[in-house]
Amino acid sequence: MAKINSPAELEAFRKDLVAKRDPTKPLISVCCGSACLASGSGEVAAVLEEEIKKQGLSDKVELKKTGCHGFCERGPLMVLRPEEVAYFHIEPKDVSEILSQTVKEKKVLDHLVYADPAAKEKVVHEGEIPFYKYQERIVFGSNGIIDPKNIEDYIALGGYRALAKVLFEMTPEQVLEEVKKSNLRGRGGGGFPTGRKWEESRKVQSDIKYVIVNADEGDPGAYMDRSLLEGNPHLVLEGLIIGAYTVGAREGFIYVRQEYPLAVENVNVALRQAEEYGFLGENILGSRFSFTVKVHQGAGAFVSGESSALMTAIEGKVGEPRPKYIHTAVKGVWDRPSVLNNVETWANVPLIINNGADWFTRLGTEKSKGTKIFSLVGKINNTGLVEVPMGMTLRDIIYKIGGGIRGGKRFKAVQTGGPSGGCIPESLLDLPVGFDELTKAGSMMGSGGMIVMDEDTCMVDVARYFLDFLTEESCGKCVPCREGIRQMLKILTNITKGKGKEGDIELLEQLAETACEASLCALGKTAPNPFLSTLKYFRDEYEAHIKEKRCPALSCKDLIAYYINPEKCQACMTCFKNCPAQAIIGGKNLIHIVDQEKCTKCGTCFEVCPPRFRAVEKISGKPVPPPLPEEARVITRKSKEK
Amino acid sequence: MKDVQLTIDGREVKAKEGMTVLEAARKAGIFIPTLCYHEKLEPYGGCRLCIVEVEERGWTKLVVSCVFQVADNLVVRTRSEKIDRIRKMILELLLAHAPDAPELARLAAEYGADRNRFDKESSFCINCGLCVRYCAEIKKKFAVGFVSRGTRREISFIPEIAAEACWNCKECFPLCPTSFLQAAYVLTEAFFPKGNPSG
Repeated sequence: MAKINSPAELEAFRKDLVAKRDPTKPLISVCCGSACLASGSGEVAAVLEEEIKKQGLSDKVELKKTGCHGFCERGPLMVLRPEEVAYFHIEPKDVSEILSQTVKEKKVLDHLVYADPAAKEKVVHEGEIPFYKYQERIVFGSNGIIDPKNIEDYIALGGYRALAKVLFEMTPEQVLEEVKKSNLRGRGGGGFPTGRKWEESRKVQSDIKYVIVNADEGDPGAYMDRSLLEGNPHLVLEGLIIGAYTVGAREGFIYVRQEYPLAVENVNVALRQAEEYGFLGENILGSRFSFTVKVHQGAGAFVSGESSALMTAIEGKVGEPRPKYIHTAVKGVWDRPSVLNNVETWANVPLIINNGADWFTRLGTEKSKGTKIFSLVGKINNTGLVEVPMGMTLRDIIYKIGGGIRGGKRFKAVQTGGPSGGCIPESLLDLPVGFDELTKAGSMMGSGGMIVMDEDTCMVDVARYFLDFLTEESCGKCVPCREGIRQMLKILTNITKGKGKEGDIELLEQLAETACEASLCALGKTAPNPFLSTLKYFRDEYEAHIKEKRCPALSCKDLIAYYINPEKCQACMTCFKNCPAQAIIGGKNLIHIVDQEKCTKCGTCFEVCPPRFRAVEKISGKPVPPPLPEEARVITRKSKEK
Repeated sequence: MKDVQLTIDGREVKAKEGMTVLEAARKAGIFIPTLCYHEKLEPYGGCRLCIVEVEERGWTKLVVSCVFQVADNLVVRTRSEKIDRIRKMILELLLAHAPDAPELARLAAEYGADRNRFDKESSFCINCGLCVRYCAEIKKKFAVGFVSRGTRREISFIPEIAAEACWNCKECFPLCPTSFLQAAYVLTEAFFPKGNPSG
């Protein structure tokens, strides 16, 4: 491939690509994102390739291995175009039928389409499935139609057009104005206005400047940056190049965590192809602008995602935040102006340039524009990645897109923002998502983790979990964070074990104040948020643990006991046989009891007790009733009397 | 270097541009407590004890004075109810590690810190990093470093380097505010006596 040397050449090349493609030719997009690969999509794709050859369909159908489509809960999944038939939970044995029936005969296979549990009907087309219908996938949408290892797929969709526009029709000042006008704010957590960050860096006189992609995603349960980088690396790269042109950088870095092998692989392929086609390197697209990118694999802790820590890591040092009171946009990597933006932030840039700031700001709330990708996980029916317009309510995200709470349970809280964020209760479900709205509620947007919790989740334990996460993931440099987290975790652990005492809440609050006010970096300053927000909305749970030694969610092992209700037990022996600790006393026709001394509280008896009996109960905060004497536990069955 | 005029605790103080608030305060004879600060070393900002309140262009914020630089018309307060409360908490957190360290005990008396507020921890080290940074920045030997992270962070001598570099230096010993460093060294020495002529 010869380098593309002008916008006209790019457009001609794109037209040529589009002309070569037949839009009516059947196309199978198999999701090969990390989540689907884990559930077996790699095998499905391999069988598909083989079967296409075997059935002699090589010229008649095209197979595309794409990045993440979003509906991870239903993987492995595929979309058959042009009809947009969506199939889920595909197994290799289904492949032959898909080809012979759907591709050849245009017949839809009923057992593979989405069954809407609410409407009790099948939904055949991708766009009509509630999970996708209510989304606004301006950033993430192309993932399902692009082979991330093929730059031509991206170009065919108009890729690198924004770059051509910027290089030949716009001055850096104009680009900056457009980005500022779009009100794009950082998708990595803080929500800092992207344009202002760029401007700050642009103003500094320096012969060397850097632009950096922060792909050190680390919130528990969050994987939107990973999926975007795996599925559409050129979109992120195009944004980065535009940013470099705007601030005057000639070098860039993509800092991607080593734990994301597919993202690393796809980014490296993308960089090679972009250079080959003339989008990177000297005189990009025949302009006077030159720019190169290096991939830096991060092997550090969660804290390495903090901007100054990430930059020290790029310098080859330990990833620890710097104690400086100067923005990294002014003094960053090797003290040079360095603009660091999150994967999703960069991915929004080409869209803003192509469609204009006004197009972008039509979506969103007053201060949060555009869309946000969330990774919707936890006790929810439709787990996956969702992109919604800013301003959509949490209720709509959780119920309309997420399909509500799993197993008909009651919603309790949603955790956003990862370890720096907080838990939002049911009373605030109508909160529109936006940077300031979530912060006001005591949580934060963060990078987009959204963990849904049901009535069985103990909020004290949630706070404990996040602090436990941070004990390993903080760098440990400053006292308020390192020692504060250590003590907060100890106290919270004690509370969940029934060893909480009067004054614990107040002490936690004081530790939280010190961490928030005096920590060196944002990790420490926000580390108490999971505690503070759960205390704010679920104080009664803290008090129940401390004063009554009771876990209202019946979740903290040390505070609950399993008890078999003698009125309900039918002596069916199910729990007796399944208990791994042999802690069930009983026998045939002898009502069972739990030997509290032996019980390890694994919950097996609770789970296996037949739903028609529901004899096993969880008890917290009160003593277990004494067992009935053996003679009172004998069941005489009527059928046996005859 | 340009002269800068600022106010610290109500006193007009002259300083040079590029100086930190801590340096300006010390020059003017105003005491701000520190644990990880050393005039020969790069500002570290680890212990956060030197936290002060600054007022700049109408904004008030808490910063650590060992890093924050002076500026014209800057207003600094080195004591306030909030600052004292934070310092007391920092001291109490550290006293869980080194309850008998003289420097900590002195500061604890000043701020009313309770040495028994938290259960005792198993390590005396307060991770001030003076030894690590002195060895790296001044001696350029890197014989002692940090290992692990988060709450597991601790200092450790690198035996291969320590065996060569430490026995006739030991300049870091008096820097250690607790007695942990010497203990760590003795331990290293015990495990790795080779190269040490006296051992």
